[in-house]
Amino acid sequence: MNIEKVVFAFFIVLAATLNLGFVYGDIDEPAHHEVYELFAAVVVNLIVTVLKFGDRTHIGAVHLATSLVAVLQLVAASLVWAYAISAGAQGLQPGTIAGIVSLSVGALLANAVSITLLVSETIQLRR
Amino acid sequence: MSSAIFIALRRLRAPIIVLILVYAVGMLGMVLIPGRDAEGDPWHMGFFHAFYFISYTAPTIGFGEIPYPFTDAQRLWTTAVIYMSVMGWAYAIASVLALRGDQAFLAALHMQRFAREVRRLAEPFYVVCGFGETGTLICEALDRTRLRVVVVEIDPGRVAEVDLQGFSATVPALTGDARLPGNLLLAGIAHASCRGVLAMTDDDNANLAVAIAVRLLNPSIPVLARSRSGETTANMASFGTDCIINPFTLFGEYLSLLLRAPRVYQLLDRLVGSAASPEIADRAPPRGHWIVCGYGRFGREVVASFDRERVDLTIIDPDPPADSERAVIRGLGTEAEPLRAAGIDAAVGIVAGTDDDVNNLSIAVTARQLKPELYVIVRQNHTANNPLFAAYGADFTVVSRALIAEHCIALVRTPLLGRFIARIKAGDEATGEQMLAQIEQKIGDKKITAWNIALASTSAAAIDRALLTADVAVDALLRDSTRCERLLDAVPLLLVREGKEMLLPQGDFPLQRGDQLLFAGTNESRELQLATLVNSNVLDYVMRGRDIPGGWVWERLARRGPTAG
Repeated sequence: MNIEKVVFAFFIVLAATLNLGFVYGDIDEPAHHEVYELFAAVVVNLIVTVLKFGDRTHIGAVHLATSLVAVLQLVAASLVWAYAISAGAQGLQPGTIAGIVSLSVGALLANAVSITLLVSETIQLRR
Repeated sequence: MSSAIFIALRRLRAPIIVLILVYAVGMLGMVLIPGRDAEGDPWHMGFFHAFYFISYTAPTIGFGEIPYPFTDAQRLWTTAVIYMSVMGWAYAIASVLALRGDQAFLAALHMQRFAREVRRLAEPFYVVCGFGETGTLICEALDRTRLRVVVVEIDPGRVAEVDLQGFSATVPALTGDARLPGNLLLAGIAHASCRGVLAMTDDDNANLAVAIAVRLLNPSIPVLARSRSGETTANMASFGTDCIINPFTLFGEYLSLLLRAPRVYQLLDRLVGSAASPEIADRAPPRGHWIVCGYGRFGREVVASFDRERVDLTIIDPDPPADSERAVIRGLGTEAEPLRAAGIDAAVGIVAGTDDDVNNLSIAVTARQLKPELYVIVRQNHTANNPLFAAYGADFTVVSRALIAEHCIALVRTPLLGRFIARIKAGDEATGEQMLAQIEQKIGDKKITAWNIALASTSAAAIDRALLTADVAVDALLRDSTRCERLLDAVPLLLVREGKEMLLPQGDFPLQRGDQLLFAGTNESRELQLATLVNSNVLDYVMRGRDIPGGWVWERLARRGPTAG
């Protein structure tokens, strides 16, 4: 067992679950989307990205790429959120939350790719 | 991506994760802890404000408590955040700085730079493995003749020396084991401009490994390897190493030559010798009774060459090998007693050949005190002792490292010279006499260089073209391309045609395409000859003794000339 791989798997799965938890619910209903969950998803995705630094295998590089995609999507979603509640006068509108959630769904896809890679890598291990 | 970046990213992983966690925990705390707005109503900070606040608190900038003054609970948390974040940043910065001192990172950077320098080499270059005394001498000599060098050396201290040598061109140097094929490939043995590899490390096994690696990875380039033992030599020869140089054997051969055919030796010395060559006294070693001090590898070669020439000798050694069938007098030879026992009163010469410079000098001084007219051969192990040996002034000082170096340089620069040397070593005194006479008549005391030319379309375009239609003799290559009645200061020493060798080709000897020739002469004449080789007009001029018009118009005019009047 490689403890580094296990820690990495933990964070990858956590990133995906948090992301899914945030996305889950009606797309334009602000009450269904918890800001704390988005925050946690951003933080965990950042950690996943850094954990993949310095892996010179091909699969490691692909992992890094997918994590970067997820981080970009989630950061974009958070920026939209921050802009909506600070600069927008009316607070969170259904249209805005729909935009935020759809960005996060993109991140979820990237995280799903990460999990697929992880699972295929683990199956190949056979021990 | 290069490995230096990977190492840096790997080292920085922990500090970056710590920073992310510090920021996340700090932000979360700021969001959760309730504050009060201007009216005193409960208020919660948003994530955006929390990030803004942490961002200016963490690097200790501190804009203050915004948008509303903090409550005590918020201030308590802020205090904790300040300490956490400062430590997080300190850790991150310290990690970046530590990277500068990280050996693995520096080694990766060094290797990357080396590989880039070698990849970009466009000129022909040689790979020298081992930057010891021999390697240094070789690199210096190659650099002086404007040839590029790449060095592979295992000792980082020696690699640092490369920068201090003051080479005229950049010499890429790799700190690494030459036995590893990866390092050799990095050094460019498979590079298109690589002209040869010189394995000059102090370790026979390493030299062997280099030789075999080059033979397998790039069979088209020559390998010159240094060897100290007969087994290594045989092993290297078994897979076709182009040239194996054993310093002791080399000296043994020189010594035989000196005894048997001093003129041939003199010829060799003029062709091969460089600034590094040992001073040879005018007199040749006399025949008679000799004393050899030190019966190690050097001593054995000396004894073997004396035996070949049937010279009577006595050996002095403090610890003779058990398998020796010769009578050996025990002792160092540094005192008078063993020297007298070896019969110094009747001796004509002495060889001080131990592997200790101080002992060798001591033997030589003692011997001269006992018998001033003795012919003294001293072995010098380290170039650092040059002043001592110069002050002593032996009849013959053997510097084995310099010996290898100049031999290598000569062979690297002029591959035909190796064949020539092998040929005349076996030859007799008369051949040497004849060649020396020619050289002295044509070149005199001027400095000699040896060079070879190949009559191929690339290196000698003019001759190659002329040979298709007409006969060209060796003589054409010996004429001054500015005044054709004058002969160059050059002697053709060897002609190789289809693997057959011919010594001293005559001036009227007809050339053929594909011939290879070895010349000895001054540098100036070499350049004049180059013009004849590549320029058809110059070749016509030296062959016919008059200027032939070049260019279409002048050619037409010249053809018309006679009819027009």
